[in-house]
Amino acid sequence: MSDTAPDLTTREPIIEVDSLVRHFGSQKVLNGVSFKVYEGDTFIIMGGSGCGKSTLLRHLIGTEKPSSGSIKIFGQEITTMNEDAMRKLRGRYGMLFQSGALLQSLTVAENVALPLNEHTQLDTGLIDTVVKMKLEQVGLTGHGHKKPSEISGGMKKRAALARALALDPPLVFSDEPTAGLDPIMTAVVDELTQRLTQKIGATVVVVTHDMNSVFRIGTRIIMLGTGPNQGRIIASGTPAEIRAHPHPAVQQFINGDPQGDGSDDSGEILYREALLGLNETGMYSRSAIQSSKP
Amino acid sequence: MTEAFRQYFELCGSLLYWLFIAPFRGRGWRIDHTFAQIVRIGVHAVPMSALTALTIGVVLAMQSAAQLAKLGATAFVPGLVSSSLIRELAPLVTAVIVIGRSGSSVTAELGTMKVSEEIEALEVMAIPPMSWLIVPRFLAMVIMLPLLTVFSIYVGLAGGWLIGHFSLHMSTAFFVTHALQHVALSDIGIGLLKSGVFGVLIVTIACSIGLNVSGGAEGVGLATTRSVVVSLLSVFIANALLTALFFF
Repeated sequence: MSDTAPDLTTREPIIEVDSLVRHFGSQKVLNGVSFKVYEGDTFIIMGGSGCGKSTLLRHLIGTEKPSSGSIKIFGQEITTMNEDAMRKLRGRYGMLFQSGALLQSLTVAENVALPLNEHTQLDTGLIDTVVKMKLEQVGLTGHGHKKPSEISGGMKKRAALARALALDPPLVFSDEPTAGLDPIMTAVVDELTQRLTQKIGATVVVVTHDMNSVFRIGTRIIMLGTGPNQGRIIASGTPAEIRAHPHPAVQQFINGDPQGDGSDDSGEILYREALLGLNETGMYSRSAIQSSKP
Repeated sequence: MTEAFRQYFELCGSLLYWLFIAPFRGRGWRIDHTFAQIVRIGVHAVPMSALTALTIGVVLAMQSAAQLAKLGATAFVPGLVSSSLIRELAPLVTAVIVIGRSGSSVTAELGTMKVSEEIEALEVMAIPPMSWLIVPRFLAMVIMLPLLTVFSIYVGLAGGWLIGHFSLHMSTAFFVTHALQHVALSDIGIGLLKSGVFGVLIVTIACSIGLNVSGGAEGVGLATTRSVVVSLLSVFIANALLTALFFF
């Protein structure tokens, strides 16, 4: 994907998040998150494990309510929206879950047909044709009759993508779309995501920590911090801006360096020590283990 | 505990909306899903209910015959079998079978769907899980448990007749006449009311616990056990209360 900054002035913001805060008990998982996603973007939310990126995504799709802050999707405030209005809005976006979340009781084709059966008045023959087309788009021709338990992890992800795209939504959310896939399948899923934005003009929001995917498909990126910066955006920009970002935690994350200077997550360090059973002096560290307990 | 009660009453409230209000707002019951659940919850439980009811009818007749023979009153065996089955045993035993077979299955299925994000996926696809998953299971249970109970009464009576006819040498007409003499129509109505109440308890407990599973595969296992235990206790307590209310 291009590293040049997209021209945002001519495009409408599809998603506007302002000062989003979410507490779980005393823990602040999201801490004043604000950003905008513009039409046609492949917007990446990245960050280490436990930084709150999946929680942020669940707020965007409306399955969780924030402690405070505002989320507007297609210009509509969703944090105060009632169930009926939310249901209507949900018809305008698709979601690819990390596990695929295909309904196990239905075949792959029935899963893809589900949004069409529920939200359109199309006749069965036309729905079958659309399903075949969607399965062909994701390379699953001939697998429609199989149950999700009979196909591989990569095929499940692609089938889930076909289901997310069944209604040709203008907005697609994707949670760790390449997690657990081999490099070839990762590239296939990335290519499908790129094709979405290029051919259909959809806006895609992807949560991932796969750096290859981030720079392959992302047009705008935000990174959430951990430790003292838990739930805050520590970097945002185009792929080129993120690559050159001065924040040490960003550079450490991009380079996948376990010992980087920029770690701002003392918990991670303590956890590492606990795993090794050593502290900085090479001695067994009881406090490290205790501190690293969740 | 308090949280579990809150979740349970929240589900009941939501269920009332989807059963009685939503159909008037253009979101009717899903009849195809309900039929599928009727087959799974009810029809597939028929062989097990039949076998259990048959053995209970046989045992009830044998035990009562042994005692009544001492008084020379074996003629009361059919009445004892029929009144015991209709008032107490058929509703209770059928409910216990359905808890073990179908209630546990509902919790395990919903729990697995919860941990594998299937329920969240339904919500995001704007398909209400209450309408798609819960209402069909509820309707199937409250329709099928009373029907299974009626079936169990017949099979249990057949079990009693086996002993009455082949061991106590009663004619079929004698057995049927005496069996009917000792029960009133209200007994059958109360027996069915009991099984309806049991059905509501079983399916709402199973669904509430299943929908609120957390903790992966272990969580599903624990929730299934909890669902069976809570359902059994609730049904036994409800049975005692209903018996006290109607028969005592």
